[in-house]
Amino acid sequence: MENTAPLMSLKKVNMYFKKPGSVLKDSNIHVLRDIDLDIYPGEIVALVGESGCGKTTLGKIITGLYRPTKGDIFFNGENVSGLFNKKINSFNQVQFIQQDGYAALNPVRTIYQSLYAPIKTHNKKLKKAEIDKKIDELMNLVGLIPAEQFLIKYPHQLSGGQRQRILMARAISLEPKLIVADEPVSMIDVSLRLSLLNLMKDLNKKLNMSFVYISHDLSTTRYIAESGRVVVMYLGEIIETGKIGDVIANPRHPYTRALIQAVPIPDPDYKANEDLPLKSMELGNIEHRHIGCGFCNRCPYFEDICTQKVNYVHTETSDVLCNNLNKVPTGAVYKTYNK
Amino acid sequence: MANIKEFGSKVWSIICLVSKFIYESILIPIWNFIKKIFKNPKSAVGMSILIVFILIGIFGPLIFPYSAETDVANKYLWPSLEHPFGTDWLGRDVFRQIIAGTGNMLQISFYTAIISVLIGTILGILAGYVGGVVDKIIMSITNIFLSIPSFPVYLLLAAVIVINGSLSFALIISLFSWAGLCRAIRIQVVSLKERDFIQICHVMHMSRTHIIFNELMPNLFSYIAINFVISMRNAIVASVGIMFVGLAAYDPTNWGAIMQAARDKGLVNVQNVIILLYPLINIVIFQASTLLLSNGLDETLNPRLKVM
Amino acid sequence: MVINMNKENIVEFRDVSIAYPLKKFTLQAVTNASLPLKKGMITALVGESGSGKTTLASSLIQCISEPGKVVGGDIVFNDNGNEIFINKLKDKELRKFRWEKVSMVFQAAQSALNPVMKVKDHFIETMNQHGMKKVTMEEKEAKIKKLLNFVKLDVDRVMDSYPHELSGGMKQRVMIAFALLLDPEVIILDEPTTALDVITQYFIFTLLKKINKEMGISMLLMTHDISVVAKFADYVAVMYGGRIMEYGDVHYIFKNRYHPYTRGLIGATPSILGSTKDIEAIEGNPPNLLDLPKGCIFNPRCKYCQKICQEQEPESLSIDNMSKGKCHFYKEI
Repeated sequence: MENTAPLMSLKKVNMYFKKPGSVLKDSNIHVLRDIDLDIYPGEIVALVGESGCGKTTLGKIITGLYRPTKGDIFFNGENVSGLFNKKINSFNQVQFIQQDGYAALNPVRTIYQSLYAPIKTHNKKLKKAEIDKKIDELMNLVGLIPAEQFLIKYPHQLSGGQRQRILMARAISLEPKLIVADEPVSMIDVSLRLSLLNLMKDLNKKLNMSFVYISHDLSTTRYIAESGRVVVMYLGEIIETGKIGDVIANPRHPYTRALIQAVPIPDPDYKANEDLPLKSMELGNIEHRHIGCGFCNRCPYFEDICTQKVNYVHTETSDVLCNNLNKVPTGAVYKTYNK
Repeated sequence: MANIKEFGSKVWSIICLVSKFIYESILIPIWNFIKKIFKNPKSAVGMSILIVFILIGIFGPLIFPYSAETDVANKYLWPSLEHPFGTDWLGRDVFRQIIAGTGNMLQISFYTAIISVLIGTILGILAGYVGGVVDKIIMSITNIFLSIPSFPVYLLLAAVIVINGSLSFALIISLFSWAGLCRAIRIQVVSLKERDFIQICHVMHMSRTHIIFNELMPNLFSYIAINFVISMRNAIVASVGIMFVGLAAYDPTNWGAIMQAARDKGLVNVQNVIILLYPLINIVIFQASTLLLSNGLDETLNPRLKVM
Repeated sequence: MVINMNKENIVEFRDVSIAYPLKKFTLQAVTNASLPLKKGMITALVGESGSGKTTLASSLIQCISEPGKVVGGDIVFNDNGNEIFINKLKDKELRKFRWEKVSMVFQAAQSALNPVMKVKDHFIETMNQHGMKKVTMEEKEAKIKKLLNFVKLDVDRVMDSYPHELSGGMKQRVMIAFALLLDPEVIILDEPTTALDVITQYFIFTLLKKINKEMGISMLLMTHDISVVAKFADYVAVMYGGRIMEYGDVHYIFKNRYHPYTRGLIGATPSILGSTKDIEAIEGNPPNLLDLPKGCIFNPRCKYCQKICQEQEPESLSIDNMSKGKCHFYKEI
């Protein structure tokens, strides 16, 4: 995969948000710091991190909803950061699937109307019958059969899982190259979650679309991005990135180690190590983040240099943002697992 | 011959298309809307009373024509078969007066509602959707209108401008009634704009006209419909008030004018009190019907309640 | 019929049915549910949205949202050998019973705290209402400090904060301290970590486990997350469409997976360990409580469905015999 050119690459992307109610420029919140990220064609990239780490903001920058304050974005090798909205979206190469299927569909329009309008807008020459046929195919693809039965309904008449499928149908209707999915299954019942994840995996394979899967749930992330990459974020920075299997088997950054150890295992016979390797359980606060490593006040391997600067280290399995990798233990965080 | 035939079939097909369009996109939604109104008991009662008023307004004067001729010999008659509400101090039939006034009242309230809803909606959507400087300008104008006490200005205007018909009357009343609606619509649009389904329209690069007319407007429809009814109600209050003070005395059959005349003649006379009561009761019934209608509409159309 | 209570149980739901009479129809949210809560143990109630788990649990403190009502069965509390029939308590007794015997940690800690009251005042208010008016302010504050300290909050800062000044995890810990205020014997936990991050979730559950062990408080945990159950609970009851499908020791349930629904649920949970190949989705949609299928309500989604499943509903679990699952072919598949 490394040989092919990236579909989208972000170079030193920075994002500031205005603090509500303040006029001073210094009080802006630095939400994303120097993000470098390449997304390759047909790849699944998972963005993982706790709330407030900037993963949703990054997702919105990729879809073009936000324009980065600083930094460049390349799409198919072309710099699109200056004219981002127009350039990428006029080809509709990037689409977005939101978390809440109910909020993402217009409550007073039928499913058919919601699906029809975007196709018609971007394919003016298509006749109504052709679009109808296309919608029918889309509905089959996302497993809503028979299509007619769902198309005449309003969003509130569908179940959560069905709404999420409609969102997927809408996202692929313009044949994008990349889909950003922001916690697409977190509001869905457990028994329906898996079939949705399977659907996304299928779409990724069948249509060769790249996916950016944003989530705080590592178990579903591992399931969907089995062969893909994981990007762990902390306070607006990428702290570790690598193949998901490698990162879970051998997490290198102290935060990633704690994160993976905290994930509950669905097996009562499994007993994890008792304490997480963290100094503080409190979440980091992005507004009061100091220079250097953002994680240093929770890090058990902290040294004085960490408050000054921090650099990326390229290891065998992943790229890690940490000064003291030699002090951090390696290998799996789990005790031996007898099953 | 062939040409004419061809031309005829073309015309026919156009007629078919147009009528189909009118049927599908105008008649059916209106019919659905009416069906919705009558499903809810509140709005059904309110709408029924309103329809009765409208029928009286249109057909009442034809059945019971009113003549302004005075007949002093028959002044202050008690109610009888011939004069169901009695006669006033000049011997005119009060019942016929009130019927003649109904049409005028309805005209004023409809005109006011249409004008203020039109202005309020357009400016509200503009301010909410475009935002920035446009928003600031529109909102400061709106706030000025909202902070000026409306009634004294009505009185002033009515004194300066000659009000000679229901339309000019409506124009003066809507001068102030649009502002509240504009503000309310703006707030709705601002909150809708941040919703996920509008954001996805930006991602999918939909046109502004599509977002405003196909995504935002349907969500505002119920809100606008309710406010239409409410501004009708406010228009009646304002117009009767101005008439009652006697500043727009172009039509003696207006309910406000009847009340004013009765008051002028002195409320010591019980007859005058009774005459004053008839339009008052009518106004109360009209207000009640619009109140019921708007509450009922709120219940049936509000998407928040519809989900349940 | 009075059944003498098992001494090990602190609460027994005996054949409880709860219905919501609506305008045109009646919604049966819970049907013939029996469930014991073992003293000093954590019992998990697993189910998807609409399975009735919240309704059943809130009947324990008679906080069922309007217009829901217990229409059958009894909820019995074991007060040192005396049986208290919770569903028959009068208002005044009930107010005393709530929070002093059974308290609750709500799912949305955000909305459970009054935004214009300081954290401290929430505690003091509740203490005053439960007959502690005469206790001096110092003693009250000492008690609050002890509790906040126990849930590892920065006491001095949190006491005088307003709810919006705290993070989600901190608010949830305040709620836990709040639930401990009157030394209850049972705490109901309604999805206490759904909106929280993995590390915060880990921390909260470690804390709850500590409370359970050190104070001996029994807990009823409502959740949809199988992984949390495995990690945290001692006993588990699986709910589906308002019925309890299976109940048992958590190791037993996970090992045997006798009930097809339990099997599906555990099988559909992705893990961070092991192969992803064995994970399999449950087909179909959750049941519509207004239009339940005939026979066993799980039959349209069940892989092992037979003719009898479509005709006859399996017998419900009873408090005397909790080891039999609600399935015609229990232990046979």
